[in-house]
Amino acid sequence: MDFATFNGLYTLFLIVIFVALIFWAYSKKQKKQFDDIANSIFDESQDLTNTDGENRKQSGVKK
Amino acid sequence: MTTATITQPDYNMKVVRQFTLTTILWGIIGMAVGVLIAAQLVWPALNFDTPWLTYSRLRPLHTNAVIFAFGTSALMATSFYVVQRTCQTRLFGGPLASIVFWGWQLVILSAVITLPLGYTTSKEYAELEWPIDLLITAVWVVYAIVFFGTMAIRKTSHIYVANWFFGAFILTVAVLHIVNSMAIPVSLGSMKSYSIYAGAVDAMVQWWYGHNAVGFLLTAGFLGMMYYFVPKQANRPVYSYRLSIVHFWALIAVYIWAGPHHLHYTALPDWAQSLGMVMSLILFAPSWGGMINGIMTLSGAWHKLRTDPILRFLVVSLSFYGMSTFEGPMMAIKTVNALSHYTDWTVGHVHSGALGWVAMVSIGAIYHLIPRLFGQQGMYSVALINLHFWMATIGTVLYIVAMWISGVMQGLMWRAVNADGTLTYTFVESLEKSYPFYTIRFFGGLVFLSGMLIMAYNTYKTITAEKGSIKPQELGE
Repeated sequence: MDFATFNGLYTLFLIVIFVALIFWAYSKKQKKQFDDIANSIFDESQDLTNTDGENRKQSGVKK
Repeated sequence: MTTATITQPDYNMKVVRQFTLTTILWGIIGMAVGVLIAAQLVWPALNFDTPWLTYSRLRPLHTNAVIFAFGTSALMATSFYVVQRTCQTRLFGGPLASIVFWGWQLVILSAVITLPLGYTTSKEYAELEWPIDLLITAVWVVYAIVFFGTMAIRKTSHIYVANWFFGAFILTVAVLHIVNSMAIPVSLGSMKSYSIYAGAVDAMVQWWYGHNAVGFLLTAGFLGMMYYFVPKQANRPVYSYRLSIVHFWALIAVYIWAGPHHLHYTALPDWAQSLGMVMSLILFAPSWGGMINGIMTLSGAWHKLRTDPILRFLVVSLSFYGMSTFEGPMMAIKTVNALSHYTDWTVGHVHSGALGWVAMVSIGAIYHLIPRLFGQQGMYSVALINLHFWMATIGTVLYIVAMWISGVMQGLMWRAVNADGTLTYTFVESLEKSYPFYTIRFFGGLVFLSGMLIMAYNTYKTITAEKGSIKPQELGE
């Protein structure tokens, strides 16, 4: 296989992967999981009080 | 989930605090040097006939300070914060995080000393000489170990999208730095080294590095910041997590090819120039994917902009990001580049990204972080954040508009020819016409820098106040 043919096939391969990625990302099956991940940054304790260190000392919470 | 049932891991916030405060410090120093050299272009006597204070030595000091001291400190602070928060585990490697902090400060101090002394490789954004390059490599490897180590021991099943962007930034910057800094020292006792590349290959490697420093440090890294702090500050999940996946892979796959647009109409082969131009145009799509995702996160929460100046910083930074990632592909078109290249337009474009996007998103993230890191429920003064917001916006706009006008004027004057083929204007004539715009640029920079000083004051008052004594405020209360 010469270099140009290889490059052409490789480019085609990348396009197929990218299109597959789009279909995977936008498939219905993944929707719930992605929504959960997007919301995961709000799953943290004591976030709104902003006094992480203080609260931990006071409540005796460790690790 | 109820928050009461979750126990919080013992996060390493010390290194985040250190990097957050040094971000502000280096931001002020780097931008002050920028204001000084802007003033030197208006009043050349300001170099005081001192070699260390000449424009040619201070200009790399300015760029290194704002990119690698201010910008990278901001990235290290936020990446260490976000990776712990989203992986719900303490930073990996114990004391390694401190090594990253002090190692990086040593790199910055070396730059502050060697650049004014005139030590330079003369490669733009990679001016530091070989011993410092080795130190950067060592610190960067430790940084990567801490970051990826933390991801490896995460307590969550997924890896939140912000970490993908931070990870891409850390990996790619390592590769870029090592490949572009390949050099052979004159002797082991000498600071001077010569690149192992020569001619057009040297130029191509340099701009492959240079453009991807923009792409992965100043874009991917700060997008990672955006994907955590915009949703957190708006208190809404990111608009489309699917879009973030697609735009991540598209962005990192395409960015790496765009470097040749820095070398239009040079000795670089034509096919490489055209490839760089096409890839730069394609890059518009994934860039705007990120901007749309960030801005749309606010849909349904736009009213928060009225009362929350931190959110204003974040949203305006995304607007500047959208603007400069539209301008960039346009300037990469060869015929447009024939007008814009080597003029002040380029300088304006860089600063619409650097001040408008990088600095503003960092400032927003830092205002979000400081109360959380120092046991407060808000910053000392929300009114001062708002004042800072307006100074940053006005400073940026003054800067970039002055440079646009000056740049287009320069481009038109340089290409003007008389009927007999001679040049209509000398270079000095175009320089004279630029003076008023250099003065406006100087004032724009000065206004932006003054905003940073207000931020430093606000931060000082916040961290010295009694713990928990500052209550959340809204604008106009």
